[in-house]
Amino acid sequence: MKRSQKDIEDSARVVGRRAIVMGGLFLGTAGVLAARMRYLQVERADDFRLLAEENRINIRLLPPERGLIFDRNGVLLAGNEQNYRITLVREDADDVDAVLEELGRIVNLDLVAIERAREEIARRPPFVPVTVADRLSWEELSSVAVNAPALPGVNPEVGLSRFYPLGADFAHVVGYVGPVSDYYIEQTGDTDPVLQIPDFQVGRYNVEARMESALRGRAGTKQVEVNAAGREMRELDRDPATAGSDVQLTIDAGLQNYVEARLSGESAGSVVIDCESGEILALASAPTFDPNLFVRGISQTQWTTLNEDRYRPLANKATQGLYPPGSTYKMIVALAALEAGVIEPSEEIGCTGHIELGDRRFHCWRRTGHGRVDLVEAISQSCDVYFYDLAQRVGIEAITAMALRLGCGIRHDLPLSGIAEGLAPTMQWKRENRGSDWVVGDTLNASIGQGFVLTSPLQLAIMTARIATGRAVEPGIVRSIDGVRERRGTAPALGIAPENLALVHRAMWQVNNDRRGTAFESRVMEDAYLIAGKTGTSQVRNITTAEREAGVIANEDLPWERRDHALYVGYAPFEAPRYAVSVVVEHGGGGAAVAAPIARDILLRAQLGTIPPLELYPVSQRRDIEELHRRLPILAEPPVPSGRATGPRDTERDRT
Amino acid sequence: MSFLEYNVKTAPSGWRKILHLNWALVLLLVAVACLGFLMLYSVAGGSMRPWVEPQMQRFALGLVLMLIVAMVPIWLWRNLSGVAFGMSILLLLYVEFFGDVRMGAQRWIDLGFMRLQPSELTKITLVMVLAAYYDWLDLNKISRPLHVLIPLAIIAVPTYLTLRQPDLGTALLLLMGGGAVMFLAGVHWAYFVGVIAAGVGAVSAVFASRGTPWQLLQDYQYRRIDTFLDPSQDPLGAGYHITQSQIALGSGGWTGRGFMEGTQSRLNFLPEKHTDFIFTTLAEEFGFVGAASLLTLYILILAFCIYTAIASRDRFASLLVMGIAVAFFLYFAVNMAMVMGLAPVVGVPLPLVSFGGSAMLVLMVAFGLVQSAHVHRPR
Repeated sequence: MKRSQKDIEDSARVVGRRAIVMGGLFLGTAGVLAARMRYLQVERADDFRLLAEENRINIRLLPPERGLIFDRNGVLLAGNEQNYRITLVREDADDVDAVLEELGRIVNLDLVAIERAREEIARRPPFVPVTVADRLSWEELSSVAVNAPALPGVNPEVGLSRFYPLGADFAHVVGYVGPVSDYYIEQTGDTDPVLQIPDFQVGRYNVEARMESALRGRAGTKQVEVNAAGREMRELDRDPATAGSDVQLTIDAGLQNYVEARLSGESAGSVVIDCESGEILALASAPTFDPNLFVRGISQTQWTTLNEDRYRPLANKATQGLYPPGSTYKMIVALAALEAGVIEPSEEIGCTGHIELGDRRFHCWRRTGHGRVDLVEAISQSCDVYFYDLAQRVGIEAITAMALRLGCGIRHDLPLSGIAEGLAPTMQWKRENRGSDWVVGDTLNASIGQGFVLTSPLQLAIMTARIATGRAVEPGIVRSIDGVRERRGTAPALGIAPENLALVHRAMWQVNNDRRGTAFESRVMEDAYLIAGKTGTSQVRNITTAEREAGVIANEDLPWERRDHALYVGYAPFEAPRYAVSVVVEHGGGGAAVAAPIARDILLRAQLGTIPPLELYPVSQRRDIEELHRRLPILAEPPVPSGRATGPRDTERDRT
Repeated sequence: MSFLEYNVKTAPSGWRKILHLNWALVLLLVAVACLGFLMLYSVAGGSMRPWVEPQMQRFALGLVLMLIVAMVPIWLWRNLSGVAFGMSILLLLYVEFFGDVRMGAQRWIDLGFMRLQPSELTKITLVMVLAAYYDWLDLNKISRPLHVLIPLAIIAVPTYLTLRQPDLGTALLLLMGGGAVMFLAGVHWAYFVGVIAAGVGAVSAVFASRGTPWQLLQDYQYRRIDTFLDPSQDPLGAGYHITQSQIALGSGGWTGRGFMEGTQSRLNFLPEKHTDFIFTTLAEEFGFVGAASLLTLYILILAFCIYTAIASRDRFASLLVMGIAVAFFLYFAVNMAMVMGLAPVVGVPLPLVSFGGSAMLVLMVAFGLVQSAHVHRPR
């Protein structure tokens, strides 16, 4: 049926009219859209351009090169080596397990490390490279690079990592670096952004830890263009990192090596100090460990072995170990008494092998007694009874005051991880800490370095240096930072009368050089290298009356941990003191038999700069010494200075 | 019955019909599609794959379909309207029960070479069936309540099914497209005032129902509305899309950052940059000039449609062409408003530019219908 013309016209009119209205609506909306476009793209273009740039540009940190550590002659103690490693990017690898398996066919992969890497890969965002293999050889790295097409997501990389060329010799001085842990950040409150760099290492022990701020340097930055996932597309700008400062220590690497070698096999600590400047030339603790283990990530078994060793290789006995000083404390008592004027040097005191004090009997180490001895003889023959008498005259307060003056019972500030304060007891101390009053017996015990007295090898070395020079020598271990010398003026005089010091010096000379001296066996045959010192043997157990009557059990018959500590302090050359040494051998037995020979060898090595020739030893000992030096793990070639410490610095470095 | 009988003598026939196509419209469509190819090439990082090649194939297929549809006389399409609409309802029911579930919505039928989205198809068939209905209806009955209810029911069925998928954007587009055809057919103004009032009420109900057990929208849709109202409240989460897209648009400036130089799209800060958000890449790389040019091309296409509708004396043809124009308009207006932060993020592609098969083919078929109306217009 055909519609009427009128209907057609009506329909067309209505539709046309409404189509025009609709068209108007279209235009209106288009106008709003265009206006919005104009607003966004023209009026606010600059704001949005800025936001787009902020999106696009990311600041990445560049790790600074850690400062190097040298010995006093420029021998490298801690350096940075090229570390070839392999990283994996999950995003690119697709099938991580398959890629790792393929990688395992090309290089040797540590199973534990792989497991750790797998966990990290799962945890981190897919575009972050995770280290799967570390410290590869150049050959291994090349073979990975060659096989790259079969290993998607695998990248060979070169980074810097810490290494200690002299290894175990410097574990107790230089220490080591390790990864940044949450615990570390919590403990130090360190907010340096450089800590966020993956695989960044910070000093965790000894000089590495205590000199962290100097060694670390400052992170550089680079501006990179990133995509929305944070993946780096290209580099736009770079502000290079500032390397850390180089630190030069006062330690002599050759001497340090000798001392560690000479102590090896014992559980012992020893410090060699320059009498004039206080510079520490060697600071050794045996047994020691390889700090490189900690840099690479120590395994559980290695850690357990070190931690459970009864000789405690991880403890620094030179600074942290505290021992009753034994007879090495007698110089302090003697000087205290001389300065107090309670005794004339020539006055003789009779020794019958013991004294009675109330109902207690105090023994001399020589049960038969020394007869009548004066001050010099009492020191050189280490007569205990003489010092019991002296101590009662002078009193504990004066003894302790002298001990503090000579550097015992004081925490010396060195950039090392553990420095023990030791203990020079006072009456007040005993009341506060033991809850009982000081008794005369305590004074007698203290006079022979037993009882409450505790000292570290470091303190004993400082004491010896102060006695040798008469000056308040302060120890130091840092020689220069970035080539700038640490200021070390001449130490002020202690204010002890020179004639009193001379008396003690003569007594110490006799210890080694008088036929009746306790360390006569450890004498030196050449006048230019003569040494003076004092032996000490400190008990770690009580000897009961019953045992005394039955005969004191010899050290060799006791279990190791109940044997006496062997001590020795000394200096050389006698005429112009230059080197002071302390040696403590834990449970070593007698100071004269065990500690004194070690100290003599160390002092000779320090004076000569090389392994001492046999002519310096008594004829009867030469064979044994020759044998000993052949056996000790001494470096065949002395460490060679690398020259960087004194030469001009890298131009990129900045000294602010 | 028809308002007009086809005048066989003066109308072109056979291959001569091709000459009577509206070639200007064809050129405009090709121009928009080419702009789309260019942008897809750019977002692929200067590569024909993975988007430009299939898009070109689909556009070629679309052109062929358009020509075929254009060759078929318009009355035949009118007679097929009911069938076409019924088919699309069946397809909607099919995805309701068997469709692929993607991105939280059940919208697709996998045809092997492409995924068909029945709701896209429905946009056109709904317009067809409504146009046919009003072609059939007496003019003086148009505004009677019963005869208003019938088209409302026709609109309600596919709208409800789409909403269930759930695809809020397409459902709203169907509602608005259908309503527009009713408006064009001459339904009394009062009804529209009523509907708008009801719409306001519905929106209030949607918001009021939030958080209650009978809430009307999915949580993600509520969140999208929230971030639409204040995108800055969650710049890395839900508001990320809209914030990044505005940054991209704005940083384009007057003339853009240059072809393939847009950092936002290059560095993947833009979401869905080859589909719903492709306009941002265009605006970033070609600036206000580029974005306004595309808008102008769209307006010109609409202008041709309106011209065709007004010039035609065939009521079905006029209503169909205008209905298609409205559907097309809603596509690009909602998409642009969305990426420019004027409308919530609903999944609506930019017509003929966004990568996607269904919308492209359906639109080309729709323009085939426009061409058919043009070719077979009474003279």
